[in-house]
Amino acid sequence: MKQILKIAFRDLGRNRRRSFFSALALAMGLALLLLVAAFFNGEMNSAMDATILLQSGHLQVRMASYEESKTSLKWENLIADPEQLAAQIESLDPVKTASPRLFASGIVAVRDESAGVRIYGIDPSSEANDPYRIGLLEGEFLTPDDREGVLIGQPLAEKMSLGVGDSISLSVNTSSGDVDEQVFTIRGIYSTQTYGFDSVTIFLPLAKAQAITQAERHASTIFILLNDKADTETVAAAMQGADFAVLTWPKMNEMIMQVEEMANSYIFILYLIVLGITATVIINTLIMSVFERTREIGVLSALGMKGRQIMSMFLIQSSLLAVGGVIMGLIFGLLLVTYFSKNGFYIGNMGMTGLLIGNTIYTELTLRDAISLTVLSFIVTLLAGLYPAVLASRMEPVRALRDGK
Amino acid sequence: MEVVKVENVTRVYRMGEVETHALRGVSLSIENSEFTALVGPSGSGKTTLLQLIGCLDQPSSGKVFINGKDVSKLNRSRRADTRRGTIGFIFQFFALIPTLTAYENIEMPLLLTGESANGRRERVRHLLEAVDLKDRANHRPDQLSGGEQQRVAIARALATQPALILADEPTANLDTPNGKQVMEIMTRLNQETGVTFVFATHDPRVIQFARRVITLRDGLVTDNNGKGK
Repeated sequence: MKQILKIAFRDLGRNRRRSFFSALALAMGLALLLLVAAFFNGEMNSAMDATILLQSGHLQVRMASYEESKTSLKWENLIADPEQLAAQIESLDPVKTASPRLFASGIVAVRDESAGVRIYGIDPSSEANDPYRIGLLEGEFLTPDDREGVLIGQPLAEKMSLGVGDSISLSVNTSSGDVDEQVFTIRGIYSTQTYGFDSVTIFLPLAKAQAITQAERHASTIFILLNDKADTETVAAAMQGADFAVLTWPKMNEMIMQVEEMANSYIFILYLIVLGITATVIINTLIMSVFERTREIGVLSALGMKGRQIMSMFLIQSSLLAVGGVIMGLIFGLLLVTYFSKNGFYIGNMGMTGLLIGNTIYTELTLRDAISLTVLSFIVTLLAGLYPAVLASRMEPVRALRDGK
Repeated sequence: MEVVKVENVTRVYRMGEVETHALRGVSLSIENSEFTALVGPSGSGKTTLLQLIGCLDQPSSGKVFINGKDVSKLNRSRRADTRRGTIGFIFQFFALIPTLTAYENIEMPLLLTGESANGRRERVRHLLEAVDLKDRANHRPDQLSGGEQQRVAIARALATQPALILADEPTANLDTPNGKQVMEIMTRLNQETGVTFVFATHDPRVIQFARRVITLRDGLVTDNNGKGK
């Protein structure tokens, strides 16, 4: 066995350049797979983090009768005295912050242009709204008693050529089913680096939102962030009440989970394509090696080496290639992943409706992906080595001695 | 005692529609310790006969016995078992493993028979000495001359102390002095160890070393017991 190993190893050395490029093909394949896995993981994590922070929170409390798709403003569907409930929830230990929000739909009109928007009535003083405060690019954040000010997102501002201090006309659906229209002044322009959110969301102070929609001291939801998202289910269980519905982040973001699942199967196909190409390169190298060594195989066979020993010689050779390629691939892959985890990968405005994806993706490689992709590449290389090895082991010694050069 | 017995052996090669009769009914026997040449012009069937005796190929009909055992119907794996340890080969083109040193090439058959590390070391050193290559042990084939490579091949063929060594045109690729040296070594080893040598050749300078000459023509034995020197 040692001698077989020696022959296999030295044969790789005999064609150093070819062996190197074959291992390199595997290395590039593996590095690409690691990068794709890390990119996708980063993308999904950032989508989930962004959605939790900007949209869903870890938990939301709503009236059981509230229907999100209708953005209902009827009093019976809204939470009365939301500040009181929010304060109660905030007093729970695992809760970081709880803040009432009122949602409404409306249309912004400036000159001849108009755009449909989602209005967030928020409590400007709450910690829950820090992500918006931090994202302020120009102007000032809202104050609780501001009656004429709004915040708009950068993409909307650019699209409608708006700046701080400009006036907009905002039409809003009201509780009674009418539409009220009022002129507002842009206090600030924000960006959460998430196109899908920023292009459609405008902020009003809660009190003003309640006034214009005639929702009067009501809110659509209590938005809750926890100190640790692992506590979600425990806290949700503690808050169940007859009239209220408590929604958890996995439930609210089912779509992201589904997108992730769907994308996982597409990515698996990509893995197979990359590994298929890699396997072809390896098969090619080993078949060339078999043909070049036809006479050598004949001689070894004449010396009494059995078919399975010849086969194992070639399998060892593909294992050695696999080990070399996988080590190189891990090094390349980890370097790439580390680089993009620090510097990010700018993808621009990729947001889909309902799926918030940051403009820059930071790669995140999980140990599970790293191990499974490495093992998968290794196994595929060994399988690729099988055909040339069988070819070598089936060679008739007479023919090998006669045909070999 | 008979080392080789061939009974009415034929070998037909088929290439599509065309049949080539390489051997047309050959019978012969070779006794232990013989030093025998198979001679005849190209295409007379020398190499085919050597391959059948060496269990590298199977006859189309007839029987081949090695040490009294019928090997003509053995499967590939059993033929490999028979070759290993019983038959040594020397080829025209030296046929060393290019990536292994002279020492490792000689050691190869011993590894296949499962010889102990000590046993191998002793045997390889003894053989390197016997073919006068002690100081070339760590050279790879491409660092050795043709004559030296063929001497390594002879040592490798002898490694497992086989009953029979088959050589196919062992001097065809060597110049006269090297060819002569190779034949002298083979003769000496035959006398010292008693191992049976059968070699195919059409070189008169080689034939003269043989004690028995078997002549083949068109796949038939025309002279079963000619004398060499």
